[in-house]
Amino acid sequence: MAALLVYSERVDTACELVAGGKELAAALGLGVSAVALGPGAGAAASALAAAGADSVYVSEDAAFEGWPADAVAAGLAQIVEQAGASVVLVGSTRRGKETAPRLAQKLGAGCVSDVSSLVVEDGDLVAGRYAFGGATVAREKLVTAVKVFAVMPKTFDAEGASAGAGTVVSPALSVSTAVKVVDHRAKEGDHVNLDAAPLIVGVGRGFNAREDLALGDELAAALGAVVGCTKSLADFEWLGEDRIIGLSGAKTAPDLYLSVGVSGQIQHTVGVSAAKLIAAVNKDKEAPIFALADYGIVGDLYEVLPALTERLKSV
Amino acid sequence: MDIVVCVKTNPDLQMVRIKNREAVTEAVPYKIGDLEKNALQAAVDLRAAAGGKVTALCLAESNRKAAEDIKVALAMGADEAVVIDDPALAAPDQAAIAAVLAAAVKKIGACDLLLFGEGSSDNYTGQVGARVAELLGLPQIGYARKVEAADGAVRCERSMDDMIETLEAPLPAAVTVVSEINEPTIPGLMQIMKAKSKPLQVWALADLGLGAPAPVREIVSNLAEEQDRKNILFEGTVAEQADAFVNALIKEGVLGR
Ligand SMILES: Cc1cc2nc3c(=O)[nH]c(=O)nc-3n(C[C@H](O)[C@H](O)[C@H](O)COP(=O)(O)OP(=O)(O)OC[C@H]3O[C@@H](n4cnc5c(N)ncnc54)[C@H](O)[C@@H]3O)c2cc1C
Ligand SMILES: Nc1ncnc2c1ncn2[C@@H]1O[C@H](COP(=O)(O)O)[C@@H](O)[C@H]1O
Repeated sequence: MAALLVYSERVDTACELVAGGKELAAALGLGVSAVALGPGAGAAASALAAAGADSVYVSEDAAFEGWPADAVAAGLAQIVEQAGASVVLVGSTRRGKETAPRLAQKLGAGCVSDVSSLVVEDGDLVAGRYAFGGATVAREKLVTAVKVFAVMPKTFDAEGASAGAGTVVSPALSVSTAVKVVDHRAKEGDHVNLDAAPLIVGVGRGFNAREDLALGDELAAALGAVVGCTKSLADFEWLGEDRIIGLSGAKTAPDLYLSVGVSGQIQHTVGVSAAKLIAAVNKDKEAPIFALADYGIVGDLYEVLPALTERLKSV
Repeated sequence: MDIVVCVKTNPDLQMVRIKNREAVTEAVPYKIGDLEKNALQAAVDLRAAAGGKVTALCLAESNRKAAEDIKVALAMGADEAVVIDDPALAAPDQAAIAAVLAAAVKKIGACDLLLFGEGSSDNYTGQVGARVAELLGLPQIGYARKVEAADGAVRCERSMDDMIETLEAPLPAAVTVVSEINEPTIPGLMQIMKAKSKPLQVWALADLGLGAPAPVREIVSNLAEEQDRKNILFEGTVAEQADAFVNALIKEGVLGR
C-alpha cells in the first residue's frame, strides 16, 4: 500500500504526526510509515510503532548525528522511494523546517511549511499556514506526485493515537554530510509552556531595561499568569526564546492575554489571536495592539503596572 | 571571497490593510525584507575581513520597481546587483523562485558563499534557501546568528529549538541568517549617492535559459481570520483605569475563580 510517511527528530512531535497522519491516511487510502534517524533511533522506533505506525524505518547511520539537513533529506528521499510514499509529514521544528524543502527539492515535490492545519477536502490535502506575516491564513494544495508538509508541533493531538505494533524496517541507505558539528550545548533552562497557560502577560520593548521586567513579573505573579514576550526581547536575550509569542514562537490560546509595552505588529499578534480576551497597556494611543484588544489602558507602564499589581493583590 | 545575497522585496507589511478579510496590497510600497538586510550586513562584514565582492540577487516577483528598490542593497554596501524580472514570474511558488535563483547564481559565476534570510517577511516559508542549496549541491547551515569564513570553510553559530550549535561547512556553502546576527546599518546620503553608479543588471527568464515554471502548489484561499474585539479604552487616572480593568476581568470570569 502506498504510504504517508512521518518524520521528526523529536519523538513527541513524530508521535503527534503519526496520530494525525493516521486519520488523513485513512481518508486518502494510505498506510502510515514513520522514520527515526540518528543515534538512539531504535528507542524512538518502538515509541512510533506503539503510537500506531504500520511500519517504522530506522537508521542509526552516523551521518545522521546532529540531523544535518543534507544527510537527513537524502535519507528521507531514499526511504520515500522504498516505502512508496506519496505524502511526507515532517515536524516543523527548526531542524524540520530546514530539511523539508531540501527533501522536496530532491523529490521534485511541492512543500508547505509551518502548516498549522491539515485536512482532506475532496480527496486532496489542504494545508493552512499564516501568510503576510500572519495577517492572513493561506490554504494551499500541492499538485506534485509527492507532497511534503512541514507541520507545526502540537497541530495534532498525540492522545488520538491507536496503540499498535508496527513492524520495524532497517533500510539500506547511502548518506553523508558535508557539515561538521564543531560544538554544541543545551540551551539554558527556564523552560516555559505557553501553549497550556490560561493567563499570559506579554512583555515588549516598552520596558527600558532588563531589570525593569521585574514589574512584569510582579504583575504576572499577582494575576497567576505566565510571562511571554515579543521577539525583540528574546533577541536582546532578556528572556529565553521559548517565551516568544508569534509567528516564529508560540501560538497561544489563553483566557487572557495582557500585553505590556508591545506595539502589536502582526508577527506578534498572530500568536494571540485565539485568546478569549486581549488587553493592552501601551503609552501610545495609536499602537496597533489597541485595535485588537478588548480592554486597553493608555499609559506609561512604569506607572500603570505598579497600580495594577496593587489593585490585583486586593482581589 | 565572493558572496551572493538573495534579497527579496516585499510589500511593507505595516501598510497592508485587511478589507473584507483580504489583504490589500495595491499601492503598498515594497521594501527589502528585514532578514535579508541582516544577510546583506553579514556579507558586508565578511567582505571587510576577507575581501571579495558582494552581489545582491533579487527576483522581482510582482514588484515592478524592484530594480529601483534593490538600490538600497547597493547603498548598504553590495558591490553589484542583479534583478530578475519577468511577467511569467509574477506569483512564483518557492520551487520556482529557487530554480530561478539557482540558475542566476550559476550565471553570476563566482560564488563562495550564498546568504539568505531565515525566512522572507511576507511568506516566511524558509524554503528558498534550502531548495537553492539542494539545486546547487551545496551544504547548508540554517539559522546562523554568527558567521565567520576562513581557510575555505564557513563556521556558524546557530540556535536551534533546544541547543546552541557551532557548525562548519566547506565553501561554497549556503547559509540562512536570523535577526540576532547583526544590526544592519542604515545607509547615509553618501552611500545612497554612490549606489547610483554601481553595476545593476536586469535579466529575464530567457537570459537564464529558462521557460515559465510549472507550479507545484495551488492557493485555495488567503483570508484574514475573523476578529471580533470589544475595543474598550478605559479613562481616568491610572488608579481608576486599573480599577476598571480589574473589575472587567472579574466580570469576565477571568479573575477570582
Ligand atoms: C519574519 C519575521 C518573524 C517575526 N516573528 C515574530 C514573533 O514570532 N514574535 C514577535 O513578537 N515578533 C516577531 N517579529 C518581529 C515583529 O515584527 C516586531 O518587530 C516585534 O514584535 C516588535 O516587538 P515590540 O512590540 O516589543 O517592540 P516595538 O514594536 O518597538 O513596540 C514597543 C511598544 O512599547 C510602547 N512603549 C514604549 N515605552 C512604553 C512605556 N513606558 N509604557 C508603555 N508602553 C510603552 C511603544 O508605544 C510601542 O508600541 C518577526 C518579524 C519578522 C520579520
Ligand atoms: N524573490 C526573491 N528574490 C531573492 N531572494 C529571495 C526571494 N524569495 C526568497 N528569497 C530568499 O529566500 C529567503 C527565504 O524566503 P522564504 O522561503 O520565502 O521564507 C529570503 O530571506 C531570501 O533570502
